[in-house]
Amino acid sequence: MTITLSIFIPFIAAIFVPLLYKRLQSRKIGWFVLLVPLTLFAILASFIPSIAKGETYTHTLRWIDSAGIHFTTYLDGLSLIFSLLITGVGTLVILYSIYYLSERESLGRFYVYLLLFMGAMLGVVFSDNLMVLYVFWELTSISSFLLIAFWYHRKKSRYGAQKSMLITVSGGFAMLAGFIMLHTMTGSYSIREIVASIGLYTDEPLFLISMLLVLVGAFTKSAQFPFHIWLPDAMEAPTPVSAYLHSATMVKAGIYLVARFTPIFGGEMTWFYLVSSVGVFTLFWGSFNAVKQTDLKALLAYSTISQLGLVMSLFGLGSAALNEGHSANSVFYAQATFAALFHLINHSTFKGALFMVVGIVDHELGTRDIRRLGGLMSFMPVTFTIALIGSFSMAGLPPFNGFLSKEMFFESLVNARNLELFDVGTLGTLFLVVAWLASVLTFVYSMIIVFQTFLGKFQPDRIEKPSREASFGMLIAPSILAIFVVGIFFFPNIIGDYLLRPAMTAIYPTLAGVGSLMPRIVPWHGFTNPALWMTVGVVVLGIILYWSFRHWRGIYTLAPLKWNLDSIFNANLVLLEKGSSYFTRLYMKGYLKDYLVYIFTFFIVVVGGAIFLTGSYSFDFSNDAPITMNEYLIVLAMAVAGISILFAKSRMTATILNGVLGYSIAFFFVVFRAPDLALTQAIVETVTTALFLLCFYFLPEWKKERSPVRTKVVNGLIAFSVGSIVTVLALAVQGNKMFESISVYFEDAYRLAGGTNIVNTILGDFRAFDTMLEVVVLFIAGIGVFTLIKLKVRKEERDVEDQ
Amino acid sequence: MKINDVILQTVTKIVVFIILTFGVELFLSGHNNPGGGFIGGLVLSSAFVLLYLVHDIETVHKGIPFDFKKIAALGAFLAVGTGIGSVLFGKHFLTQAAGHFNLPVFGDTELSTVIVFEAGVALTVVGVVVTIISTISEDV
Repeated sequence: MTITLSIFIPFIAAIFVPLLYKRLQSRKIGWFVLLVPLTLFAILASFIPSIAKGETYTHTLRWIDSAGIHFTTYLDGLSLIFSLLITGVGTLVILYSIYYLSERESLGRFYVYLLLFMGAMLGVVFSDNLMVLYVFWELTSISSFLLIAFWYHRKKSRYGAQKSMLITVSGGFAMLAGFIMLHTMTGSYSIREIVASIGLYTDEPLFLISMLLVLVGAFTKSAQFPFHIWLPDAMEAPTPVSAYLHSATMVKAGIYLVARFTPIFGGEMTWFYLVSSVGVFTLFWGSFNAVKQTDLKALLAYSTISQLGLVMSLFGLGSAALNEGHSANSVFYAQATFAALFHLINHSTFKGALFMVVGIVDHELGTRDIRRLGGLMSFMPVTFTIALIGSFSMAGLPPFNGFLSKEMFFESLVNARNLELFDVGTLGTLFLVVAWLASVLTFVYSMIIVFQTFLGKFQPDRIEKPSREASFGMLIAPSILAIFVVGIFFFPNIIGDYLLRPAMTAIYPTLAGVGSLMPRIVPWHGFTNPALWMTVGVVVLGIILYWSFRHWRGIYTLAPLKWNLDSIFNANLVLLEKGSSYFTRLYMKGYLKDYLVYIFTFFIVVVGGAIFLTGSYSFDFSNDAPITMNEYLIVLAMAVAGISILFAKSRMTATILNGVLGYSIAFFFVVFRAPDLALTQAIVETVTTALFLLCFYFLPEWKKERSPVRTKVVNGLIAFSVGSIVTVLALAVQGNKMFESISVYFEDAYRLAGGTNIVNTILGDFRAFDTMLEVVVLFIAGIGVFTLIKLKVRKEERDVEDQ
Repeated sequence: MKINDVILQTVTKIVVFIILTFGVELFLSGHNNPGGGFIGGLVLSSAFVLLYLVHDIETVHKGIPFDFKKIAALGAFLAVGTGIGSVLFGKHFLTQAAGHFNLPVFGDTELSTVIVFEAGVALTVVGVVVTIISTISEDV
């Protein structure tokens, strides 16, 4: 219950933010928002001891039984790690943002989006039901879109927001298709139930396809090659957002998904190869591109891509453990997953700190371009220290936490090379070499961050603002993260015992006690360990490459490297827009007459075709009631009115004749003793007639249209076929009883719904869901009419969007 | 454009109240007799439409200073809200409850939560119809 509530607390808080902001109008609003993640963090942290003992918590709100969709939350080791990251980093980021954002910004909006994101992200990691997970998953994409476009007057912000939205949401759609396939196979939306029964379905043809689709979702979200292109553009968001969404939490949702689905798909060769090779290649590609960046934030974006690839590849390697069942080997392979979880936490700490440092530099000096920066160490000592800690951790140097997980990463790669499974062989060596090269490049760009920003010559003439150390408040959050970076190095096993080991059980439910079999994390493995020599190699080659960067940067301008994925994405976007506008122009002519032709032709083809194909044009008049005098009269009146409309001279006459038709139908209802329908019909007719009269003002003069004979013939044909189809339909409905009548059920309305008016019990009780949605649709339509008319751009007004 | 139609205006003064009362009556009787939220809402909005026809928009707005958009929003909120309300009581979404109560003036009366749902429907209908008609006419 606590867990379910913790998803909703951010959403509820988000409702209050605008109300409070109206009264407060200052940065103090941040302190209120800060309470939310802080409380949640404390609550979630209180679960650590019991989770470490191996307990899990489930809570179900029954929702839609018929579809198997329930609001089930599930807390285990894996979701605990992610939720602590979400709330923990969230607390620090909000604390930082209080000082980072100026009071002129619309802070209310900012914090609403941020809380929205926090709730959605918690929803993703706690949901056990795939459909609920999917909804929260897309909600994170939407809140990310809103946050990237926070400064929406900038063109680049809007571009970045749209790009990230397009890529992650299309990935989400693929994932949804994968989820539905999983449901088709297993008959369940619950992840735990699917995990328990998936063994029976691995030979199904859908199994592989659903795996690929789920992976597309994970890869787009976690910015894996070739979907990584949205992340650098997402850096247009305010820095706290980049630190939170685009390095610590949202981009890790894909990794969470891979971890969560390892028990379902892991142990398969495709999964192993795809996840690990995409991860390794992303690791390399990200670090390779990071080195050439001159914007500090873009550099961090590529480095995030690269680090995400690292974690992804480790999960890929670790999935091999599920192939062998419970054996010494599988425990051996599972260490990769252990390293992945550890690096996940470490990355959030050091990358969060680095983002905040870059934010400070940007905030104080007004630029993040490393060509204009330099020598900041002398007047920003604290910021420099934090940057040093963060970068060295990222480069994998002791005594920082990145060193530990980097060594574990190397070890896992060395282990994978010896993997006899899936004929890894030479590919394992390739993985090792590529990953090692990527680590060298990681070392190089880590050094660039520290040395080119904080050492070297200070260039006051190229900086607009007076330079000074950041305010105390802004330094708190990154300092706390830096303390974690160092602290985890010295006491890694606290994290290992309380967070990582329980999460291992969540990922390998079939390997009992796998968590306790993981080795303790130690910084020193002795001289015989290959990982140590790999680190030494990284440092040596890294220093050489850093010093000689000027001489080899030419490779970035080589032809095939300049040809990038961004231009493909943009070209596709343009193509898509052009194509759709061409296609739309083909049929949207702007003439009401054409649209009516489409509608009626469609009607003729579908309904007429259905009647023809099913052969239901046999009529049976035996059950019909006798026709009375009243009915003849009403039909006569309707026929006269209908035919007269054709010869009406003015629009007013036509409208009134149309009204006659409508009221006659109301009379029919009276004759057939359906008072509800008669009432409704009469009033609807009244209101629409008023609306008609109102619209007179906008309509052109009523005049006879002169059209060629061919058009007239076609129109006449359409009119004739629609009329005959409707007649046939009406007769066929009476003659063919294809299904049992359901009205018997409603006759018991008083006992079932406590009302004697069957019509209303159907509307308000039996089919209340339909009515509710209709009400909502009606409301949306009303608002739509209002906005279309009130907010339409007048001719003389200019488009205010671009500035 | 000001229309000065004395007879219609005088009749409207009385008729509008009859229509409004009739609308409320239809709305309340809907559970067991013809009527209900949708019809009640339509009747109420037809009263407002009549007012708009007879008087001009400014006069009507002065007399009925409601924002009909907000009324529509309130209605949609009520309709969805009753659904969520039943979830809070551990029942399925949109489950309705009814019971008999002995009230001082009305005697044995049936009260039902469906009335809240129907009120939502009615308010949305009134709000949307009046919003659409007044927006289009203001666009002139």
